[in-house]
Amino acid sequence: MTRARNRELLGLLPASLLITAGFAGVFIQRSNQLSNVSLTYGAVFLGLCIAAHVFIRITLPHADPYIFPLVAVLACVGLVMVYRIDGATYARQQAQWFVLGLILFAATVIAFRDYRKLEHYRYVIVSISLFLLILPRIPGIGDEVNGAYLAVHIPGVINFQPTEFAKVGLVIFLASYLRDTRQVLVEGRRILGLTIPPLKHFGPVLLLWGIAMVILILLHDVGSSLMFYGGLLAVLYVATNRVSFVIVGLIAFGLGAWYLGTHIPHIDARVTAWLHPFTKSEYNAVGGSYQLANAQFAQAAGGLFGTGFGEALITVPGSHPAVYLIPAPSTDMIYAIIVDELGLFGSAALLLVYLMLVARGFKAAILAADSFSKLTAAGLSAILGLQVFVIVGGVTRVIPLTGVTLPFVSYGGSSILANFVLVALLLMISDRARRPVPS
Amino acid sequence: MNRSIVRLFGVIILLFTLLIVWTSRWTVFQASALQNNPLNKLAFFESLKVKRGQILADNGEVLAQSVSAGDGTWARTYPQGSLFAQPIGYFVAKEGSAAGLERADSSLLNGTPTGITSVFGPLGTGQQVGDDVHTTLDPTGQKLAQQLLAGRTGSVVAIVPQTGAVKVMYSNPTYNDNAPNATCSQPDCKYNLATQGLFPPGSTFKIVTTTAALNTGDYTPNSTIVGNSPLTVSGVPLENDGNQSWGPVSLTKALTYSINTVYAQVGQRVGRSTMEEYMKRFGFYSAPPLDYPVDEMEPSGEWQNGSLLPVTSDQVDLGRTSIGQDYLLVTPLQMAMVASTVADGGKLMKPHMTSQVVSPDGQILQTVGPHLQTQVMSAQSASELTQMMTDVVEEGTGTAANLEGLQAAGKTGTAQVGGPDSDIDDAWFIGFAPINHPRIAVAVVLPDIPNGYGGIYAAPIAAQEMKTLLAEGA
Repeated sequence: MTRARNRELLGLLPASLLITAGFAGVFIQRSNQLSNVSLTYGAVFLGLCIAAHVFIRITLPHADPYIFPLVAVLACVGLVMVYRIDGATYARQQAQWFVLGLILFAATVIAFRDYRKLEHYRYVIVSISLFLLILPRIPGIGDEVNGAYLAVHIPGVINFQPTEFAKVGLVIFLASYLRDTRQVLVEGRRILGLTIPPLKHFGPVLLLWGIAMVILILLHDVGSSLMFYGGLLAVLYVATNRVSFVIVGLIAFGLGAWYLGTHIPHIDARVTAWLHPFTKSEYNAVGGSYQLANAQFAQAAGGLFGTGFGEALITVPGSHPAVYLIPAPSTDMIYAIIVDELGLFGSAALLLVYLMLVARGFKAAILAADSFSKLTAAGLSAILGLQVFVIVGGVTRVIPLTGVTLPFVSYGGSSILANFVLVALLLMISDRARRPVPS
Repeated sequence: MNRSIVRLFGVIILLFTLLIVWTSRWTVFQASALQNNPLNKLAFFESLKVKRGQILADNGEVLAQSVSAGDGTWARTYPQGSLFAQPIGYFVAKEGSAAGLERADSSLLNGTPTGITSVFGPLGTGQQVGDDVHTTLDPTGQKLAQQLLAGRTGSVVAIVPQTGAVKVMYSNPTYNDNAPNATCSQPDCKYNLATQGLFPPGSTFKIVTTTAALNTGDYTPNSTIVGNSPLTVSGVPLENDGNQSWGPVSLTKALTYSINTVYAQVGQRVGRSTMEEYMKRFGFYSAPPLDYPVDEMEPSGEWQNGSLLPVTSDQVDLGRTSIGQDYLLVTPLQMAMVASTVADGGKLMKPHMTSQVVSPDGQILQTVGPHLQTQVMSAQSASELTQMMTDVVEEGTGTAANLEGLQAAGKTGTAQVGGPDSDIDDAWFIGFAPINHPRIAVAVVLPDIPNGYGGIYAAPIAAQEMKTLLAEGA
């Protein structure tokens, strides 16, 4: 399958060109002169990509040729934007996270050469995942940001978002669990057109809902709960092919979210900010709609074609120390800055890159021969797509805002590392699925 | 399973479509609404790097200019300070606040970006320089208004009837627009009394009532009405000044001596809806069509509990409305527009302060010409009304405006404030000159003066102002 690998190599060229052009654009804006540093960045990036490509060529020769170049495009958009928003120091850190991410990627591929072994550890995996979800609530290390508990922070030691890793673990667990039970789940009695599975198997489905509600209570965050629950429901749907599960599941989630939303002040505040971002009292309130309203203004400034790389206003002029016009511009709000600078066309193109990545993930799921691989690939792809929906939907006010990262683009190590593990699993599944049957 | 995977992908596509639709809402469909949102300070921040154009008086005197604040940003200074602060306003990009003409003409003053804009931002040096805004404002007239008010609270507005050009807009209290956020001596000093100050118009409103009376054909200047005092209007006795009974008088005499009981009858005969119709023709019940921020202007009309009340409402006392009492509240700018309309043969010209927009290289980009806003009354009615207003100045309540060589027409107003037994009045005068071919119209108000007869306090100021502006060749 060297042809697939050659296509991958070819696909990496646009990503490197993009990063060179992107840095060049920022440099032109900064100093009105083209610096050769942009070429250096492009070359280093291309070098990293080629190293990863060679590794894939050796270890996963049959894997999907488009997944890695798509990730590279996203990564380079992220690097340019982080460089542009927060400067060279942060961009270098982000680049270091990419190197670490690639190492973790390689480690995952080597350690789980036969990823189906993961099935044996499913209860270990689910325990670790749930533990990771609880971590941010442990006093002393948990970190509350705007009322949500999404990160662990030990000053000077570590600052990471365990939920990013938990999403991979929960999908693997559910895929492995449903591989065994999916037949039983659809064999129940039919009452009022709904299939009610035997109670002992229905329990785990209820458990899913329970997990989502616990996540909601733990994280105080509708968006990330929706992302987890949506990903898990996607696996359940693919496993059972029953729309009724999804509908019942969504109604149950809606009721739970509504109840908790009206009883947890933080969630309530997020919903108010979402509905009325431009009322003056809401705008000026602490934890109000200031961030969201300014994200809207930034998008309006972008228009169809954007203001151009490096042109969006990031900090309030004349503020010392600099105050961000939109708080969290390189993490939660990075999409607003992208729309500002690249416009509707640029941001739609970015969304299409994500959509293509999700499509390649689903393609791997379709090609996979065994249920576990299918469910895992479908679940991981779905949860990746949902994560994009949750954060971009939050910034564009489709849904209330949630502090999850834009995969591979937002600044932040945990997100990059976790998503490289996710990509490693997708490529491994794809490699096995496309491996020619020895005749 | 494969079919469910394909369907699942369909759901993801649907969700992403939502994202793109919503992004296009903010970037395209609702972009201008978001850009105009008062909470949106982006335009202010962007213009820090812009050398905004100058604002100039009608003689070329600089009223506002940009000075370098170092580090590539610019700040505004106002050489005339408090003299022009009310009409010109201020623009403080750093704080995202602006007012007055600076705010209304902000996009002109910012100009358009130079250089080529590309996906990678503007190429080349691309320093943005704004266009200059030339105004109709007259420094001599403005200074005179300041002198004549002599620190007293009040407002003077002067308009050229044929063009609608605003020559003078001066009010006390004023403020230093070089430091708009410094504390004022008075709490509402940034409030522009000329456009936002609401005062009972008193008898100056009789011009509006007379317009309705003449133009509908219900009355002529010679119609006879009995002017005895008191007259019961809406169940409450209404008195003339000094409770004087005049017997049968002509409409002309009733205006000359400002006979309340006559005008209460005139208004009642004209009727509610006709009165409202004529008020609206003059511009009442909407913000004036001036090139000035809409939220820095108040509409004139019947005001009750902070909102406008139509004349057709049962709560309006039509008789007292006709003499400028009841719930009527008006701005000096509105009353200047009323005087200007009579002066221009019944045509209300759109008032404006911007006369020309000139690019940095001297190219005239835009010239604001005369624009007919409304034909309020026939030329015939206007000419009859002019004659009646001439009598006011020559032998009636407004003789103080009868200056040597001025030939003014006008109407006084003495609007009682603070209850029926109060002797505190708002003193008004509105008028124009010269009679044969009016070239200037004014409105003057001095609120809250004990026994503040318009003929004593406001008319002399109006006359001086008109005389000076005419001598200047306005």
